[in-house]
Amino acid sequence: MLKNKIIIYLYSRYERFWHWLQAILIFILLLSGFEIHQGFALLGFHRAVTVHNFVGLTWLIAFAFFVFWLFTTGEWKQYIPTTKKMLSVVHYYSWGIFKGLPHPVPKRKEAKHNPLQRLTYLSLAAFLLPFQMITGLLYWGYNSWSALGIGSFSLGLLAVLHTLGAFAILSFLVVHLYMTTTGHSIFAHIKAMITGWEEVEKGESVEEWEVAHERKPSNA
Amino acid sequence: MAQQATKTQTLWTTTDHSKHKALQKTFSSGQEITQACLSCHSEAEQQFKQTIHWTWVGHTDENGKQLGKAGDSLNNFCLSTNRMEDKGCSACHTGWQGKSQGVNCLACHSSKKVSWSEAFEDYSAFSESDDPEELDIAREIQTEIQTAAQSISRPTRQNCGECHFKGGGGDGVKHGDLDTSLTKPNKALDVHMGADGQNFNCTRCHTTVQHHVAGRIYSKPAYTERKSLIENDLTAKITCESCHSSTPHEEGHKANDHTDKVACQSCHIPEFARVLPTKMSWDWSKSGKLKDGKKYKEKGPLGTIDYMTIKGEMKWAKNVAPDYAWFNGAMNTMTVKDTIDPSQVVTVSGPVGSPADPNSRIFPFKVHRGNQPYDKINKNLLAPILSGKHGYWQTLDWQDALSRGMKALDVAYSGQFDFVPSTYYFPTTHMVAPKTNVVSCGECHVREDGRLADISGVYMPGRDRMGMLDMMGWVAVIGSLLGVTLHGLGRIFTGNGRKED
Repeated sequence: MLKNKIIIYLYSRYERFWHWLQAILIFILLLSGFEIHQGFALLGFHRAVTVHNFVGLTWLIAFAFFVFWLFTTGEWKQYIPTTKKMLSVVHYYSWGIFKGLPHPVPKRKEAKHNPLQRLTYLSLAAFLLPFQMITGLLYWGYNSWSALGIGSFSLGLLAVLHTLGAFAILSFLVVHLYMTTTGHSIFAHIKAMITGWEEVEKGESVEEWEVAHERKPSNA
Repeated sequence: MAQQATKTQTLWTTTDHSKHKALQKTFSSGQEITQACLSCHSEAEQQFKQTIHWTWVGHTDENGKQLGKAGDSLNNFCLSTNRMEDKGCSACHTGWQGKSQGVNCLACHSSKKVSWSEAFEDYSAFSESDDPEELDIAREIQTEIQTAAQSISRPTRQNCGECHFKGGGGDGVKHGDLDTSLTKPNKALDVHMGADGQNFNCTRCHTTVQHHVAGRIYSKPAYTERKSLIENDLTAKITCESCHSSTPHEEGHKANDHTDKVACQSCHIPEFARVLPTKMSWDWSKSGKLKDGKKYKEKGPLGTIDYMTIKGEMKWAKNVAPDYAWFNGAMNTMTVKDTIDPSQVVTVSGPVGSPADPNSRIFPFKVHRGNQPYDKINKNLLAPILSGKHGYWQTLDWQDALSRGMKALDVAYSGQFDFVPSTYYFPTTHMVAPKTNVVSCGECHVREDGRLADISGVYMPGRDRMGMLDMMGWVAVIGSLLGVTLHGLGRIFTGNGRKED
C-alpha cells in the first residue's frame, strides 16, 4: 500500500456486474455492427446480423435494470454535472499528471466521479447510449414503421445516425480504455472495477455539494 | 400454410377416357378427334378460342397496338411471327396444322406425344394400300392415334413444356428458367416440381378458368394483389405468397423483413439454367457468312450452336446468376409500331416498377441481349419473314425479307435498315432451389460487386454508407487513438512525474 492512500469499497456488486456486462455487450455490438457496416469477415454477414440484433435487445433490457438501479439507489446524483473543479481536473490531466501532482478530485464513495467524468458519463448514459438503443430498436423494427405511423421515415438516414452513434461510442471506448491506466498503477482502476475496492489518496474530505448519498430531513 | 397444397393427393377423376365409345373409332384427321372430344365437352372449343393460347393476342392497348405474337409484338429472338405469316412459328400453335384446322385438344390434354401431320399422312397413304404389310403398318399407326386420343389428363409439365420449354426455336432458348430439364426435374432443380418431392404440375400454380390459364400476358401482370389463399382461395394465379404468406420464414428471421422489398425469387433462385444451357445473346448482324459458298453452323463449348449462317452469332450459358430490377408484375413490351432511339440499347421487353411503388419488389431476370434490324428512317424495329421459300433463312436477302415481313404487318418500311443492340427481360420464377441453396446475405450486402450493386432506392446495410460520415467517424476514432497515445507517451517520458521516492 502506498503512502497517503486509503482503500475504500467504491463499486457495489451490481454496479460492477453492470459495468462488465455492458462492456461485453458493447464490445460485441461494435464488432458485429462494424462487420455489417464495413464487411470484414468475422462472423459472416448473416450471423453478424443475428448476433447484433440479439445482443442489442439484451442491452436494451439490461439497461432498463440499470436505470432502475440508478433511481432506486439515488446513484443518479453521481451524474449531476458540475463546472466546479472542472478546470482543475482538466489542468490535472493536461499538466499535473506529467508532474506527479495529486488528482484534484480523488474518488470517494459519496462522489465517485470527478467533474469531467460526471459530464462524460451523463452524456453517455443519458444521451449517447439511449440514442444508440433507440436508433437500433427502430432499425430492428423497420418492418413495423408503417404500423407505428413513421412509414415515411428514411432507413438511410436512420442508418447514418446509428453509424454516427457507433463511431462516437468507439471513440469513447478508446479514450475510456486509456483512462483506466491513469490510476496510481496501470491496472489500479481496472482492478477496482473488478473487486470493488479502490486505493485512493488521502486528502481533503468531500465537499457537501459532491455528496450523492447523504440525505437530511428537509427542514433540519 | 403450404401444408395442404403439398399433401399427396389423388385427383378425383371420375372418368376413364379409354372406355369412351367416341374415342374408340378410327380417326383419319385431327378434326375428327376434336369432334369426338366436343361430343361430350360441348363448350370446350368455343372457350378455348377466346384464350391467348389460341389467338396469340393478349390485348389491344390504348394506342391501338395489338400485343401478342399474332399482333404487333416482337422480341429479340426470331423477332416476329409477322401476323402468323411466318409459318415456321406455327409449330407451337395449339391447332391442327398450325391454326388452319381447328383446336388440337390433345396438344395440352394427351399424355402421349405424336407427330400428328406425319401420322395422318402415313395413315391415309398406308390404309388405302393393297399390301397386307402396309395395312398392318396403317393399323399400328391408327392404334397409336387412338391411344393418344384416349390417354387424356390435365396438362402435365410435358404438355406445357412442349411449347414453353422450347420457345425461341429450341430447348431453353428463351426463358432460362424453363427448359426440358423441368419435364422430370429433381427437387434440387425445382423444389415444387421435383418428381422426388411434391411433383407439381404447371397448373398447380397456373390455375385455369374456362381454359384461361393464369399467367403474365405481355404487359399485363399475372396478378395485381398479393393475397394468400386464406384471403382469397379463388385467386386467379397462385403466387409464392398465396401458400407461403408474406412472412414465410421462422419467427424472428431477418428474411421476413425483406419481403416488402425483395421478391422471394431473388433469394430462392440463385441461378437459372442449372441443367441445360440457355441463350444469352443473339447477334443477327453476324448472320449471312458462308463457308465454301455454303451455309454452315458451329458448335460452342457447351455443345450449343453458337454460329449459324441463317441466324447469326449466339452465346449460351449455364448456371447464370440473374440480373435484378424493381418489378411490379407488369412488363413494358415493344411493338413493331413503337419508335425507338437507336443510339441507346433498345429494351424490347422490360420490367415496370420503382422503389417508391409499394407493389414493386426487387426481382430476378434473365436478360437476353440482341442485335436486331431496325428502320433507320422510321426509327422502329423491323420484323423480317424468316421461314418459307422467300424467308431470310432461305434467301439470306435482308432487304427482301424485311420488305415482305413489314408488309405482312402492314407497317411502312423505308428500305434502309441497320442493327441496334437490344435487351429482352424474362422474369425468373421457376427453378426455385431448396432452402439449403439460397442466395446468402453477403452476396448482396457487400460494398462492391454485389448482386444488387445496381439497385437504387433502397438502403442496404453493408452495401451503402455515407462516405463523408464514415471518414469523419474514422478521423474521430483514430484521432482519439492518437491523442491517448501521445498522452501515454508523455506519461512514460515524464515517468508520470514521479521522482524516485
